[in-house]
Amino acid sequence: MQLPVINNPVAEAPSGGCSAGSCGSTDDQMGHLPEHIREKVFNHPCYSEEAHHYFARMHVAVAPACNIQCNYCNRKYDCANESRPGVVSELHHPVQAVKKVLAVAATIPQMTVLGIAGPGDPLANPQRTFETFRMLSEQAPDIKLCVSTNGLSLPDNIDELSKYNIDHVTITINCVDPDVGAQIYPWIFWKNKRIKGREGAAILIERQQKGLEMLVAKGILVKVNSVLIPGVNDKHLAEVSRIVKAKGAFLHNVMPLISEAAHGTYYGLTGQRGPTNEELQALQDECSGDMNMMRHCRQCRADAVGLLGEDRGSEFTMDKIEAMDINYPEAMKMRAEVHAAINEELESKRIAKESKVQLVSIQGLKPKVAKTRPVLMAIATKGGGVINEHFGHAGEFLIYEASSAGVRFIGHRKTTPYCEGGDTCGDGESALDVTLRVLAGCEAVLCSKVGYEPWGPLEAAGIQPNGEHAMEPIEDAIVAVYEEMRVAGKLAMKKVELQKVA
Amino acid sequence: MALEIIESCVNCWACEPLCPSKAIFEAKPHFLIDANKCTECAGDFEDPQCATICPIEGAILNENGIPLNPPGSLTGIPLQKLAA
Repeated sequence: MQLPVINNPVAEAPSGGCSAGSCGSTDDQMGHLPEHIREKVFNHPCYSEEAHHYFARMHVAVAPACNIQCNYCNRKYDCANESRPGVVSELHHPVQAVKKVLAVAATIPQMTVLGIAGPGDPLANPQRTFETFRMLSEQAPDIKLCVSTNGLSLPDNIDELSKYNIDHVTITINCVDPDVGAQIYPWIFWKNKRIKGREGAAILIERQQKGLEMLVAKGILVKVNSVLIPGVNDKHLAEVSRIVKAKGAFLHNVMPLISEAAHGTYYGLTGQRGPTNEELQALQDECSGDMNMMRHCRQCRADAVGLLGEDRGSEFTMDKIEAMDINYPEAMKMRAEVHAAINEELESKRIAKESKVQLVSIQGLKPKVAKTRPVLMAIATKGGGVINEHFGHAGEFLIYEASSAGVRFIGHRKTTPYCEGGDTCGDGESALDVTLRVLAGCEAVLCSKVGYEPWGPLEAAGIQPNGEHAMEPIEDAIVAVYEEMRVAGKLAMKKVELQKVA
Repeated sequence: MALEIIESCVNCWACEPLCPSKAIFEAKPHFLIDANKCTECAGDFEDPQCATICPIEGAILNENGIPLNPPGSLTGIPLQKLAA
């Protein structure tokens, strides 16, 4: 094995002033960030693509009031069966919220981040929001705090925000042009008046930009969320991306509009559609030339609990929490051990990755083969960065693109699990149709196991089922499958030709 | 002279801190306005504050029982779509 030789220079690197766990990796979205920012975000599941496989987050719903109306939001928000922003089942007072956070943090030690995201706007409920943050920074100093806002009240709350060491703020910025804004925001509440249309949108935009500048000046990290609304701001978001980057936002997250008539929103009821997977990816690619894009956002509920993509909120309802006896100082010790173990794992993966890169560069191994065409692959995973989910149990798939340039993460796509487990699959047939539609464009699906029944329909749809890489790291498995495809001569052909052959 | 909150209220708390007369209070199943305290913001603000921030059309009535924010006035959703 040549790896130990290659490893030596890497092992010495940290003594040169680089802190463990946050330097080196260049192929994920954290790669280009300055060291002090990466140090803050490497274990934040919402900011780090790698961290989201390992660390968990939760939101507490303490902020019901809002000071604006968005056309994608319906304020009658109570719903237990949906996963989307602005939806919660149980509203909490700050004292209850803190109890819930401590219970979750003690039960799910991977939980590193607590966010307040609604169901209204956290900064339109400053007392409840800051009361929660104040108690948490005292009682649970090992939990990172963050907050999402529409930005209208942001400039008034910067000092308060910096008081509680909230070093991550997300601002939803859908536009920088009031004419576009007038199609997204019907009204804002401003200085004791309801201001409608373009005038309201103009004030909101001005406050968002001012808030962004003030946060950056204070050294508080800012992520910008944008909702992609086809026909409204799709042509406009590249400019938004350029401007927020220039002002110092460290990450831009373009999310697809969620719009269904059943949600009762303006967009849902008037037939405004959300973007297709392809439109979203195209826009994210367009913006990525300007700044770091985030592609693993799951558009969580305002009371979400657990790893991204999972929601364990039902384990922590208020009556269940009241019955729990939490000794947080004890829990903190256990949490520290769990975090150290995860960090060690991340660090060893990073070193292994670097070794591979160096191995290639030292031996001067340049791929002799001609450029191969890019291929999309779908991955079923429960977390941990490995392929460890059955095809039929996957509620979502991670989508990666393999090409001669390497492997890159594209995003995630939700589906209805083909089979919820157990002996009966109920209407499994139609669930499979959903999955086939969701996986359109992918040429392989890698999971820990694929059943006999979906195998045929997947193949017929041009998606090769593959259960041969169970428990392997996602990227390694993709590289292996891509290489198999290359050897089999499948990568020189255009996809249409491939389908004709099949 | 007093406003009234009715059952379509979603308990979002937006109005409560704005009331200059402290007439709004939390109640089950929804927030209420103390008719003895409510001044409709006369002398304090141009517009009654609760009805100015309330996001729910029809949730706040004037003394004649007429909604201050009639259906469609806040969301812009066409009436025939609202009914559906």
